[in-house]
Amino acid sequence: MKGGGLRAYAIAYLIFLYAPILLLPIFAFNSGTIIAFPLKGFTTEWFGQMVANATLRRAFTNSLIIAVSSSIMATCLGIFAARASTRFNFPGKPGIMGLIMLPLVLPEIIVAMSLLVVLLAIGVQLSIFTVILGHTLICLPYAIAILSTAFNSLDKSLEEAAYDLGETKWSAFRLVILPLVMPGIVSALLMSFTISLDEFIIAFFLAGNEPTLPTYIFSQLRFPKAIPVIMSLGTVLVVMSIVLLTIAEYFRRRGVARTGQKDHGGFL
Amino acid sequence: MNDSNTAARQPDVRPAPMQRNAKSANRYGELQAARPMIECREVHKYYGDYHALRGIDLDIREGEFFSLLGPSGCGKTTLLRTIAGFEDISSGVVLIDDKDMAAVPANKRPTNMVFQSYAIFPHLTVAENVAFGLRRDPRSKSEKAAAVDEALKMVGLTGYGNRAAHALSGGQRQRVALARALILKPKVLLLDEPLSALDRKMREQMQVELIKLQRQVGITFVLVTHDQEEALVMSDRIAVMFEGQIAQLDEPESLYARPVTRRVADFIGVMNFLPATILSEDGEVIRVDVEGLGEIELAHSQVARNEDPDAGPMIGFRPEAVSIFPAGQSQTAPRQNGGTIDEVVYYGDMTYYDVRLDEEDGTQSKPVRISMRNVYGRDVSCVGDRGVIGWAPSSLILFR
Repeated sequence: MKGGGLRAYAIAYLIFLYAPILLLPIFAFNSGTIIAFPLKGFTTEWFGQMVANATLRRAFTNSLIIAVSSSIMATCLGIFAARASTRFNFPGKPGIMGLIMLPLVLPEIIVAMSLLVVLLAIGVQLSIFTVILGHTLICLPYAIAILSTAFNSLDKSLEEAAYDLGETKWSAFRLVILPLVMPGIVSALLMSFTISLDEFIIAFFLAGNEPTLPTYIFSQLRFPKAIPVIMSLGTVLVVMSIVLLTIAEYFRRRGVARTGQKDHGGFL
Repeated sequence: MNDSNTAARQPDVRPAPMQRNAKSANRYGELQAARPMIECREVHKYYGDYHALRGIDLDIREGEFFSLLGPSGCGKTTLLRTIAGFEDISSGVVLIDDKDMAAVPANKRPTNMVFQSYAIFPHLTVAENVAFGLRRDPRSKSEKAAAVDEALKMVGLTGYGNRAAHALSGGQRQRVALARALILKPKVLLLDEPLSALDRKMREQMQVELIKLQRQVGITFVLVTHDQEEALVMSDRIAVMFEGQIAQLDEPESLYARPVTRRVADFIGVMNFLPATILSEDGEVIRVDVEGLGEIELAHSQVARNEDPDAGPMIGFRPEAVSIFPAGQSQTAPRQNGGTIDEVVYYGDMTYYDVRLDEEDGTQSKPVRISMRNVYGRDVSCVGDRGVIGWAPSSLILFR
């Protein structure tokens, strides 16, 4: 068969990538408390325990608040930055944009540590608010990357045409640009939300005593009894991530189709 | 076909170009008397160190179809955007309808623009696109809808109102852009290379439609184009621009037949150039000796400027100002010269012949291009054939 070696490699690669994640739902519904084969029987008990756990619920609420707030903040800031970088020329633009995008490649632990030092130095109490700040920082480059594509694919004349037809600069933006980049905005929101929801290091450093889902999961891994519950929680998170990213990609593609552009491929 | 029959039998003597067949003399008279709608006075525009507009002085008349023609980078689009209000001018005055536009932003000017990319709003329907500029219009919803229908009818898109704008073809987008601009009844419609994205057939069709539309609405149209043919077809007057300056402002026929500089002559259509020596000059005529053509007497009105002083005097003529017939066939042209066909370019209706003209010393000139209609009964000559070219001194221009 043509390309047999490469095909085998691709299959092995996919198994390596996704098999561990497939184990999550398997053991989440397994009635045995030990994570090992053979499986014992089907149960939804762990999901029940998960919902009943007050700390877990608190961690979940915290994570939701953090993810929603930081995704909105990152997207709003991202709109300004993406618009500025695609429409205007200003001195030092490449340097400024480079610095904004830098958290994308900076080791997160460095970001988390330096944020912690600075926040403690200026006397800010650690709370979910400080986590929101940290997550906004790391989500921003992703939001800008998505939004820049959305803004960049717009014809500059569209705005001029609206202005020429009697609208003000602001109403031209509101009536023409905003609807056209809306799929990008939705996509950036969902992407940021997903990143924030999964994020561990910054949450671990900056949350103080407040648990978030990832830090809660990490703390529970020490207790073998808690593992099946974590498995069911992991299942929920995986499903949520997949759903959100699918919606994000749907909106991105719809945006591309609606404005009649060529699809250059997004994050997915 | 009567013309072609006679042409086949009788060698044609080309009439001196300068007829007005495209537009009625009536229209010219009216336009010449019209007041200026746009006045540019000493308009300069700098982008940093780059001097994009170098002192533009221009009157565009009310109801005129005016074209700004030039190669890319000549400043024609900058000038159009200056009139639209998208660009601030560095110095000078722009008046539209007698009002100084210095403090008037683009959204308050009595101008509307058709963009090169059409800039159709892809998230709106055709009708919503056309109605876009009516948002601040105090009229009732039904009155506005009627206006939209009327505008769509004007551009031949009746019934397209509910279509999604992004699903339209290039030509249809063009029409929507026109309707969207014209519905506001602007004093001036600005068109930035509106036909450049269309294929050739569609472009030629839209040219005619635009001319008709302009006559129908009577609005001043200002067209930017790099396509000299398009400008000649559509315009009442054309301003040819090079490097931020207007090189010549004239009616299409004058521009083609009487270019004022060699560069304009070269840009508009095809012009043959042959080196010439000025023998003598008095108040009435200039006598020149032209390579391949011999000694000629020219009137002072046939003189144009040669920007390149090192090139020396040149004689210029259009490919259709000269005719070529097989050697031995009798001709009635006042002046005739022999030559050899160097290249034949066949276009179906036309054939271009590159001909080397015989010199007195036995050598031959560089090839000159001659165009002939392939009329009934006329054979297409072959490379290497001998031919006789016929011409008249009145169709020559002296560039010096």
